[in-house]
Amino acid sequence: MYHAIVFLPLVGFLIAGIFGRLLGPRPSEIVTTALLFVAAVLSWVSFIQVGFGDGATRIQIAQWMSVGDLQVDWAFRIDTLTAMMLVVVNTVSALVHLYSIGYMHEDPHRSRFFAYLSLFTFTMLMLVTADNLVQMFFGWEGVGLASYLLIGFWYQKDSANAAAMKAFIVNRVGDFGFLLGIFTVFVLFNGVTFDAIFPRVSEFANARFMFLGIEWHALTIACLLLFMGAMGKSAQFLLHTWLPDAMEGPTPVSALIHAATMVTAGVFMVARLSPLFEYAPSALAVVTVIGGITAFFAATVGLVQNDIKRVIAYSTCSQLGYMFVGLGVGAYGAGVFHLFTHAFFKALLFLGAGSVIHAMHHEQDIRHMGALRRYIPLTTAMMAIGTLALTGFPFTAGYYSKDAIIEAAYAAHSSAGSFAFLATVVAAFMTSFYSWRLFFLTFEGTARWGHHDHHAHAPHSHEGVEHDDHNRDVEPASHAQHDHGHHGDHTPHESPLVMLIPLIVLATGAVIAGIVFHGAFIGEGYQEFWKGALYTRPDNHILEEMHHLPGWVPLLPTIMMVLGFVLAWYMYIIDNKQPAKLAADHPILYRFLLNKWYFDELYDAIFVRPAMAIGRFFWRTGDQKIIDGLGPDGISARVLDVTRGVVRVQTGYVYHYAFAMLIGVAALVTFYLFRGAH
Amino acid sequence: MLGFGILSGLLVLPLVGAAFILTLRGDSEAARSNARWAALATTIATFLLSLVAWARFDIASASFQLVESHSWLTETIRFKLGVDGFSMPLVLLTTFLMPFCILASWDSIENRVKEYFVAFLVLETTMIGVFVALDLVLFYLFFEAGLIPMFLIIGIWGGKRRIYASFKFFLYTLLGSVLMLLAIMAMYWTAGTTDIPTLLTYKFAPNLQIWLWLAFFASFAVKMPMWPVHTWLPDAHVEAPTAGSVILAGVLLKMGGYGFIRVSLPMFPDASLYFAPLVYALSVIAIIYTSLVALMQEDIKKLIAYSSVAHMGFVTMGLFSMNEQGIQGAMFTMISHGLVSGALFLSVGVIYDRMHTREIKAYGGLVNRMPLYAVVFLILTMANVALPGTSGFIGEFLTLMGAFRSNTWVAFFAASGVILSAAYALWLYRRVVYGELDKPALQNITDLNRREIITFAPLILLIIYYGIQPGPILDAFAAPTDALMTSVQAALATVKTAALAAN
Repeated sequence: MYHAIVFLPLVGFLIAGIFGRLLGPRPSEIVTTALLFVAAVLSWVSFIQVGFGDGATRIQIAQWMSVGDLQVDWAFRIDTLTAMMLVVVNTVSALVHLYSIGYMHEDPHRSRFFAYLSLFTFTMLMLVTADNLVQMFFGWEGVGLASYLLIGFWYQKDSANAAAMKAFIVNRVGDFGFLLGIFTVFVLFNGVTFDAIFPRVSEFANARFMFLGIEWHALTIACLLLFMGAMGKSAQFLLHTWLPDAMEGPTPVSALIHAATMVTAGVFMVARLSPLFEYAPSALAVVTVIGGITAFFAATVGLVQNDIKRVIAYSTCSQLGYMFVGLGVGAYGAGVFHLFTHAFFKALLFLGAGSVIHAMHHEQDIRHMGALRRYIPLTTAMMAIGTLALTGFPFTAGYYSKDAIIEAAYAAHSSAGSFAFLATVVAAFMTSFYSWRLFFLTFEGTARWGHHDHHAHAPHSHEGVEHDDHNRDVEPASHAQHDHGHHGDHTPHESPLVMLIPLIVLATGAVIAGIVFHGAFIGEGYQEFWKGALYTRPDNHILEEMHHLPGWVPLLPTIMMVLGFVLAWYMYIIDNKQPAKLAADHPILYRFLLNKWYFDELYDAIFVRPAMAIGRFFWRTGDQKIIDGLGPDGISARVLDVTRGVVRVQTGYVYHYAFAMLIGVAALVTFYLFRGAH
Repeated sequence: MLGFGILSGLLVLPLVGAAFILTLRGDSEAARSNARWAALATTIATFLLSLVAWARFDIASASFQLVESHSWLTETIRFKLGVDGFSMPLVLLTTFLMPFCILASWDSIENRVKEYFVAFLVLETTMIGVFVALDLVLFYLFFEAGLIPMFLIIGIWGGKRRIYASFKFFLYTLLGSVLMLLAIMAMYWTAGTTDIPTLLTYKFAPNLQIWLWLAFFASFAVKMPMWPVHTWLPDAHVEAPTAGSVILAGVLLKMGGYGFIRVSLPMFPDASLYFAPLVYALSVIAIIYTSLVALMQEDIKKLIAYSSVAHMGFVTMGLFSMNEQGIQGAMFTMISHGLVSGALFLSVGVIYDRMHTREIKAYGGLVNRMPLYAVVFLILTMANVALPGTSGFIGEFLTLMGAFRSNTWVAFFAASGVILSAAYALWLYRRVVYGELDKPALQNITDLNRREIITFAPLILLIIYYGIQPGPILDAFAAPTDALMTSVQAALATVKTAALAAN
């Protein structure tokens, strides 16, 4: 069964990828989607077997490499954590496949698109089923490749190509740490298989390790290096810059890769390695702090973005920060639970946004939307459900998982935990605000599309504070989106059924996933459900303590949610002059947020341009002036000076050299050897 | 074993083909076509013969196999051939790549066709000779003789600045080879033999080792090429015809690495330990420096040439980490790089044949008219950046792991090559393949033809196959690596005892 779950998407990829052009788009769509649905159904079966039964197992596929002590296998490690990820990945992927049939129906390269989607799914499955760190790395980089291909799917758009490259390279920065982390683990444990590592972790609780001339607590440095990989993949603070740009890809891709699955790989990794992290408390503190910063930072940026997908992207980034906070304070169940529920409602939000974009003919700027509720009521309803779940409305999915993380941060009673508590509470308020801002601007108010004429305006920069009036007609956010140039000419239309069904399924998940599963993931069923897949040290009582909090703590996230909603309601429904005024009153802050804290500009100035300048210097000065100048060119110049008068340079020239060398070599060898032999 | 065996056959077969081509008269189209087919048939026959050798080869054994020995210059300097786990895969790589070179030259070589194929076949003999020679003099002879056909290939069938490039190639290698010859003579006078298996067990005095090591290093470092003696490579690559680049990157660069593992490490273990920091430093500089230089290149071939230098940095780093992962990883990188860079140069050849320029600026948006080519180039690019699942990953991962075990600083800096390689490779891909096809000259460019598809298919399949199942090659390295490790460990132990005694 597990072979089928993992390899069916690969089969789909190969069929659509190799024979796609022969078969045509429709068969490719049907084959890949059908295979994914089979895999998804099987995943649920295995989830029930493993989570609520006794199905944990290891399946050996083949040997990968064997060098000295290093033994790496292709193998599946099936436990509750894997089974849960299988469900997330395959369910969302199957729904996204289905949705894409509708969303991409105008695209001539659909076979390629579906092939990429299936390739992504396969590599993601390899990641979550990995039985050792190296196979995990295979999946890790494999999803990176798929993400690169899908972000750059519209390869004629320069911005898409740039975003694809950026995603791959920034991820590689994380992978740099991941690789070094794997090496550290190997040196310590003499193995990379989880079965070889986990039982022996306590032996190394106090081990030291020399890394870069500093003696570290061995497990701390290993975990920090591995976490660097997680930061890259999960777009955490400092390595987050690729995720918003990744929105250049088609929207179903954003839903699948950049919301529900791939970006959660870092969370999965830390959860998988919980036995290691449990013995590296300093590393866990770093995880908590980075998670807290990300949750806060991304939420602030999300407040002012105008591209519907970018708002949701920053929201994703922020929610990933929440997950890391959960893991960092030792409440692995809460972090993973949020991963699980987040997959439903964030995929729902993205696919809903896709439905809006589809309805608006590729318009993505929420300033050019409004009043869409009347035109696309079902999409509106689904988006409302997604927003409720994200903001943590009582009894929706986010209510259980997000609030659990905030409570866990409080219950940790550590300085990192307190910081994270504060950050996540503030972020919860901002989450509610920007989510409802998005909702109101898109679906409520007056229609700001149709009657306007973009082309009459001179192109303005994004930063123009004075133009950020939501009731007036402003410039298009991005010209690149307007491939067909027919935005605003038609009334918005509801999406076809093939796109709405995935929305409905995901909305169902967003509503009930919390109620149904919270007992198993973080509640009384914890032990029977996880069966040790998430390891906690005997002295880790955080889940216990979450039940003994002061009464205001569990209420706080809900209060924040309500406050955010009320503020958004006030600013975008009651008195919609407020946002522009606020922005005009605080231009510096506004620009700072709108430009994402200027991280792109900063990185460009300290990494990209210096690298190019150094590269050019090494080439022109190092290679050409110094090495060549002192070496061959200098010598040959002298030689030429001497010979210029004697030998005319002609085509036979090289022959002369060749013969001279041959004869010289032969003569030297013969002469010395005979002399030596006598 | 007496008489001529299968390894002699491997050396003679290309020469027979060359001789046959030389007998062809005239320069008619028929004669050219005969020359092409004869060269292709010869290289394929040689490859099949090497497969027979592979079948007879026992990978579990660390000793030299298929040995044959004939008297030659003197009783002590013999014509002795044999292969072990280190050399056998390199022989296979050589014979495997040759037919692709012939295919790549099918239409693109228009003048002196017969001479061209003769040069290639002679080159094949010398390359195989380097890997199978079991006598240092013989090794030296093949090592140097291989330069001549390569020199001719660049100098006659090369690009505009071919004279400069071949000149540079010559100057660099001359320096190294003179020193290597001196070292061989010194070894002969000391040990009384040039027989490699005997020398492997001979213990040279530590002081002498230092000098011998340096002399060999001069030659091997140029061949690798290591920083800072690498500048001949980009020029040679740029000017060489496509097939010449393939062989240069695919096989000739491997001779340096092979020399390290055949001569430097096992024969001079003390000196190798002593100089390991130097090699580390040069390797790390090579990886970072040439990756940055590659980033700024404007010529596709030059970019790939610089990336080759960076990859060879991983090889030297792995070899001198002196543990199983490092050495086997380095050897694997050599094989993998042979396939990947060979295929990359072939793919540059594809567009060069169509547009006659290698300027990155001249391209852009190729995917619109060449979707198959885009796929091929993508897979090769990913193999070049060592994506797991391609053969490139295995080598890079293992060499980094080996280096990490011996020195975390080295691994730390070298691992930054992981980021830089992604930067230059993807940027190249973006500029050449992605984007809109708006250059007028490219409007009618055609996708891969049947001959090109046949050329790329086996290379790509192997690159992916060895990425998922590296066993067939890695296992061949295991036995000789173990043997090497024991001798290096012995040296290491002596050093440690000496250090303890000094305390």
